[in-house]
Amino acid sequence: MTQMDLQPAHGPKASSDADRPVIEMRDISITFGSVQALSEVSLRLRAGEVHALMGENGAGKSTLIKALTGVYSIDAGTVLVDGEQHEFSSPAASQAAGISTVYQEVNLLPNLTVAENMLLGREPRRFGGINVRAMNRRARATLESLGIDVDPTSELGEHPIAIQQLVAIARAVDVEARVLILDEPTSSLDTDEVAKLFEVMRRLRDQGVAIVFVSHFLDQVYEIADRMTILRNGRLVTERMVAETTQLELVKLMIGRELEVLERLDRKVSARTADESGVPVLRAVGVGRKGALEATDLDLYEGEVIGLAGLLGSGRTELARLLFGADSTDTGEVVIRSERRRLRSPRHAIDRKVAFSSEDRKAEGVIGDLTVADNMLLALQASRGWLRPIPQATRTKLVEQYLQALDIRPADPTALMRNLSGGNQQKVLLARWLITEPEVLILDEPTRGIDIGAKAQIQAKVAELSAQGMAVVFISAELEEVLRLSDRLVVMRDRRKIDERPNNDVTVGDVLEIIAGETREEEGPRA
Amino acid sequence: MPETQTGLQRALRHPLVWPVLALVVLLVVNVVAKPGFFDIRMQDGHLYGNLIDIVRNSAPVLLVALGMTLVIATRGIDLSVGAIAAISAAIACTRIVGAGDEGALTTAVMACTYALAVCIVLGAWNGFLVSVLGIQPIIATLVLMVAGRGISMAITDGQITTVHNTWFSDLATGYVLTLPIAFIIALGILALTAVLTRRTALGMLIEAVGINPEASRLAGVRSRTIIWTVYAFSGFCAGIAGLVIAANTNSVNANSLGLWIELDAILAVVIGGTSLAGGRFSLTGTLIGALFIATLARTVNNIGIPSELNYLFKAVVVIAVCLLQSPKARSAFRVRRSSGPGSPGSTAPALVKTGSAA
Repeated sequence: MTQMDLQPAHGPKASSDADRPVIEMRDISITFGSVQALSEVSLRLRAGEVHALMGENGAGKSTLIKALTGVYSIDAGTVLVDGEQHEFSSPAASQAAGISTVYQEVNLLPNLTVAENMLLGREPRRFGGINVRAMNRRARATLESLGIDVDPTSELGEHPIAIQQLVAIARAVDVEARVLILDEPTSSLDTDEVAKLFEVMRRLRDQGVAIVFVSHFLDQVYEIADRMTILRNGRLVTERMVAETTQLELVKLMIGRELEVLERLDRKVSARTADESGVPVLRAVGVGRKGALEATDLDLYEGEVIGLAGLLGSGRTELARLLFGADSTDTGEVVIRSERRRLRSPRHAIDRKVAFSSEDRKAEGVIGDLTVADNMLLALQASRGWLRPIPQATRTKLVEQYLQALDIRPADPTALMRNLSGGNQQKVLLARWLITEPEVLILDEPTRGIDIGAKAQIQAKVAELSAQGMAVVFISAELEEVLRLSDRLVVMRDRRKIDERPNNDVTVGDVLEIIAGETREEEGPRA
Repeated sequence: MPETQTGLQRALRHPLVWPVLALVVLLVVNVVAKPGFFDIRMQDGHLYGNLIDIVRNSAPVLLVALGMTLVIATRGIDLSVGAIAAISAAIACTRIVGAGDEGALTTAVMACTYALAVCIVLGAWNGFLVSVLGIQPIIATLVLMVAGRGISMAITDGQITTVHNTWFSDLATGYVLTLPIAFIIALGILALTAVLTRRTALGMLIEAVGINPEASRLAGVRSRTIIWTVYAFSGFCAGIAGLVIAANTNSVNANSLGLWIELDAILAVVIGGTSLAGGRFSLTGTLIGALFIATLARTVNNIGIPSELNYLFKAVVVIAVCLLQSPKARSAFRVRRSSGPGSPGSTAPALVKTGSAA
């Protein structure tokens, strides 16, 4: 639709010394086999600046970052550090140049302590051994300076993902990096933690660190970033100042032609009220679990979408898991179609036509080394038992049908699941459950970390399914999304349900107020 | 021209390329050492020669390795197979000896059936420890690896039991259609395993459980049943292997029968390309792995390695094969070769995308 202005990043005016980038990547190209992952992409990082790297999934952001951190070798192009050409042949070489990274998936060691993780590989030594006390002291100092309240001697794995993420950032900061790369650092953080992170980022920026920020949350980018580089399909679209670009412009640049999808998505407001005269498809009666959720009631009717809103750790995921039997309940029971029965395993729920897609796609959804077709058919096959394989004709039919219906790319049933992008993996997982023809569909963060096109498609599918009579529980950290989709809204906080209301003209502000409720100290909502 | 190249590249990426290559190289070494190595002739109505010996000798390892392949695919391991083989042999032999008509066919059949039933129970015991009690497979099967020897000793009263039953001996030394019965049995079990896993959904579910147990659980896979099944099957396979080994000598020595066969079996599985980390498995790979191990044993004799260097030689070959299969080792080798004099451009590193620290 719009013609892209592909201006070369190293234009004629790259001369003034103050403007000279700390790191400059010029015309970087990388191919994997026959796939051109990056094609002549340039990136300039200046000291004391937060630089957002924007693009949909598959745009090449991660590849570019891995090239910069020496994980991937570059096929063509040059990397300049302070104007001098460097070759980052290994992660070590990149680190030596002052580049530190915190990846999207926390890759620390959960069985070591927080301090050990922060100082792994550079532990303070004494008498040839590790000086544990000095190590803990140093870790504590760094954590305190960042305002992270964690005991450095505690085991990392005990903490929620959000804290682990902050520890990962603390580790990166501890190196005193010149360039800090944050790849989706906020995807598991709640509003408070995001604010805290931004505080740290601003402090580091003022100290002259160049920060690369990758995020799917546009508002966050606008809040924190000074400049941005936009990629699409492995190519550079343009480099812009954030202040000079409207969000609409940015989205246009990122997704190109698919803008109408977004517009359609904004218009779609669900305003049905469910038929509550009948029997609920699923009832939770005083369902609770120690340390996870206080006794909670919930009724779910045919054809309605219940949106679970709440911050991270509010109990929204915990409730979903209990409804499905993924965790066992300590109190109460789940009644499905008037059948009273304690759910002892996911299998019980699945047999009663309940489906659950976990928020942790990688650990609890994707079977990476199996094909797309096997991943799609897993739940159906599991419920049939191994002795009754799905006939080949049915397999082909189902897989083809869902590859098309959900627009999964590549539309290749034999592709390995791990080679798909996050959005497409999510669609395969959705297909896995739709194939079992559930009556209740519980979706925990089905759109997290996926691009806007896939997001719109998944949302549209949810609306379509509920119109056909499926009962849906929809959980998302993005309140707009919850509000757009749900007929009824359940607000969670501090591991219990604090509010339930029909979704009639409820705004994000209203929800935030409900969440803030008792202690009114919420500020700067991220949504 | 480029098309043939990509064809070759694709072939090189096939997971069975390296095991097959290793086997071929080993066979070539043998032929070079003894040009008549491949000779096969008819004798007494059946085929006779080194290759026939190799396939016959590969039977026990292949049998054990088939069960092991499935166990390993679920992220497990079964160390007890050698002991189970010994128990199987001990039960069969004592029952044959104790039977009214020691030489009858029914005696042999009944004894073997009984032995195999016990082996399935023993495998199920392993499965119980792993899937219900959640004990780590290496520990759970270690229990029976140690205890099993004791059980087989108890069954045979610590004596070497010798049997006289030609039907039973035929398991190891007999021929059908000019081929050794032992190998045909092993191939039969291979076919059975293939049908069991690939014609039903068992294979896919085993792989799913091995790759991501939690995701499988949430998808409703009954992983407990599946784990139970594969350990029971592994016990069954080990039992048959024990019968074949005992039939070869018409006797059972509870102390030594099937000793270390678990290690050969694991090796066969790994050489065949199934990862010890679980997940995708290849039965054809396991077949090639078992043939490789049997060929290696024959090679030691054939090329005249002094007997005191037997184990050392075997170890060196195994390391070489493992290095050949490791993408990391291969790429390191390739980089070294291509960064020699006269290669200014960086053409080779394009093949190496990850961890090129070497």
